[in-house]
Amino acid sequence: MAKPRFDIRVQPGFGTVALFTFAMLYLPIATLVVYAFNASDSLSSWGGFSLHWFYEAAENQAVQDAAWRSLIIAVSAATMATIAATMAALATTRTPPYPGLSFKYAFINLPLMVPEIVTAVALLIVFAKVKVWTGYSGLGYLILAHTAFCIPFAYLPIRARLEGMDQSLERAAADLYAPPWQVFRRVTLPLLRPGIIAGFMLAFVISLDDVVISEFVKSGGQDTLPTYMLGQLRRAVTPEINAIAAAFLVLSVALVTVFFFINRKKA
Amino acid sequence: MPEPSPVPDARIAVDCHGIVKQFGEGPRALRALDNVSVAIRENEFFTLLGPSGCGKTTLLRMIAGFEYPTEGTIRLHGEDIAGLPPFKRPINTVFQSYALFPHLTVWENVAFGLQMLGWAKGKIEARVAEMLKLVHMEELAQRRTDQISGGQAQRVALARALAPAPKVLLLDEPLSALDYKLRKEMQIELKRMQSETGITFIFVTHDQEEALTMSDRIAVMSKGRVLQVGTPWDIYDKPAERFVADFIGETNFLSAAMVGIEEGVARVRLPSGIEISASLAEGYRPAGEATVVVRPEHARMVTTGGQLSGVVENIVYFGTDTHIHVKLDQGSTFMVRQQNSRSKSCGASVGDRVGIDIAPDAAQVLRD
Ligand SMILES: Nc1ncnc2c1ncn2[C@@H]1O[C@H](COP(=O)(O)OP(=O)(O)O)[C@@H](O)[C@H]1O
Ligand SMILES: [Mg+2]
Repeated sequence: MAKPRFDIRVQPGFGTVALFTFAMLYLPIATLVVYAFNASDSLSSWGGFSLHWFYEAAENQAVQDAAWRSLIIAVSAATMATIAATMAALATTRTPPYPGLSFKYAFINLPLMVPEIVTAVALLIVFAKVKVWTGYSGLGYLILAHTAFCIPFAYLPIRARLEGMDQSLERAAADLYAPPWQVFRRVTLPLLRPGIIAGFMLAFVISLDDVVISEFVKSGGQDTLPTYMLGQLRRAVTPEINAIAAAFLVLSVALVTVFFFINRKKA
Repeated sequence: MPEPSPVPDARIAVDCHGIVKQFGEGPRALRALDNVSVAIRENEFFTLLGPSGCGKTTLLRMIAGFEYPTEGTIRLHGEDIAGLPPFKRPINTVFQSYALFPHLTVWENVAFGLQMLGWAKGKIEARVAEMLKLVHMEELAQRRTDQISGGQAQRVALARALAPAPKVLLLDEPLSALDYKLRKEMQIELKRMQSETGITFIFVTHDQEEALTMSDRIAVMSKGRVLQVGTPWDIYDKPAERFVADFIGETNFLSAAMVGIEEGVARVRLPSGIEISASLAEGYRPAGEATVVVRPEHARMVTTGGQLSGVVENIVYFGTDTHIHVKLDQGSTFMVRQQNSRSKSCGASVGDRVGIDIAPDAAQVLRD
């Protein structure tokens, strides 16, 4: 059989590029995880296998507090962002197109394009004023800030799901005597659930992972896990940081996997 | 065409009067419906027939309440329903795509409307069982709707729409996704359900054969307008316009000269110079020229005589009948359909000179 001159599935050099990319991506992470089990104090010389640094990290009160804080912020921010995003998605997909609608899409997604550092500085300035006025300096600021930048991430999968949904289903429900609220509760919401879960998951991971905005907005003693790690890097670095990072990695992957399976079952 | 009565009439189930529907504004505006008036009677199997894009779905959606007319009124049993949202109209729809709820079982789909109406649990169970029996789906009640075939989905959609016993059932091309044999079966089933339940059916199709076999009356639509409303017999034998005659069945068009009209019957002169009598389409406006239609089965091929003559151009055998295409001396082609019989052939071969004998009462003068 004659060899075809061009086959989209066979691209010379693609394998090499792919291998190189995967190596660049995963080798550093693998190294980080391996050294989390290092018995010695060094990040670069191997001193034998040990779980020492995991115990160290787990018993460190500052790490515990930061992890707990990260979780509270991520759950609250992702929940609020998902609710806001769901409402925004319904409002932008369940109305007939009108002038200014695409402007609205852009407006909702703008936070994706604004450099994070700009948002961070802006929030820092605003919250500094608010703190003076109200005297409140709790976690609320961090939660609000995270909610704000999580909304577009939650919005995207929810809107995609709504747009892909057959609108004649909602019409059929209305035709079968369901008033608008029942149409939403009995048809739109159950069909939207996978989108909402995906949106929540994205928002959660994005919030958990944030450094820049948290670093600017947090008050004293409000370190999240990422800002705590950043702070540690400025001081004497021990494999404790590897252990924290490794644990963080496992937690993230586990969460994403769990959400993925929930999503698949419900879809 | 007779105007539907503007006064409420108890025998009329749905009265659409002067419906205009315009999508968009300005130069890009599209008139999906242009002054449509139809009056659908109680317990009637009424069909909207027309090619794709002629506005059938749009009219149905306005009756269901998903779309509002730009102009005109829709009455249900004499009552203007303009202000009623879909969930308050005692009208149910079988959607073109069926629109079964994918997250519910067959049983839950059929029960949905009854639950929304607030029926008691026991009553719902009895009614759903009755409906599933009507469409022969009792065994699959607990199936998810993505685990049933197209024909079964169609039955569930029908059961779901019939369960609340609506005054009017709207069906938007419900059979078009089914294969030929299943479609034929469902046509008979639908007809049976309509007569058993006594519900007014408004049925949409682009299939003229389906319309002719199922309907009590048909409205033929084209480009947002209703061209003719009548029984299948009216529509087939007495087409009012060229579009109707052409869209339904096969037909011959002859351009003739109007000689005179006497007691509603026209005398027309055919291209061959011979005069014949012809019935007049409703709404005919007197003119010197006239288009005459003759159905192929209402003409006979003869060896001598006849009102037209020409040369056999083509003979197509169809099993039950034979189509003989005759090139008329005046240039156009005329088709004759002849029943086949076992003993003899059609009696002509290509190239023969033949005459064509048009049956009395077979010719009709169109209004356009
Ligand atoms: N929501 C809409 N916006 C704009 N044009 C529409 C809309 N719905 C239908 N139309 C147009 O109206 C015409 C009639 O459509 P439709 O009623 O669906 O036809 P049918 O059901 O006879 O095939 C078509 O030209 C279609 O493109
Ligand atoms: Mg249609």
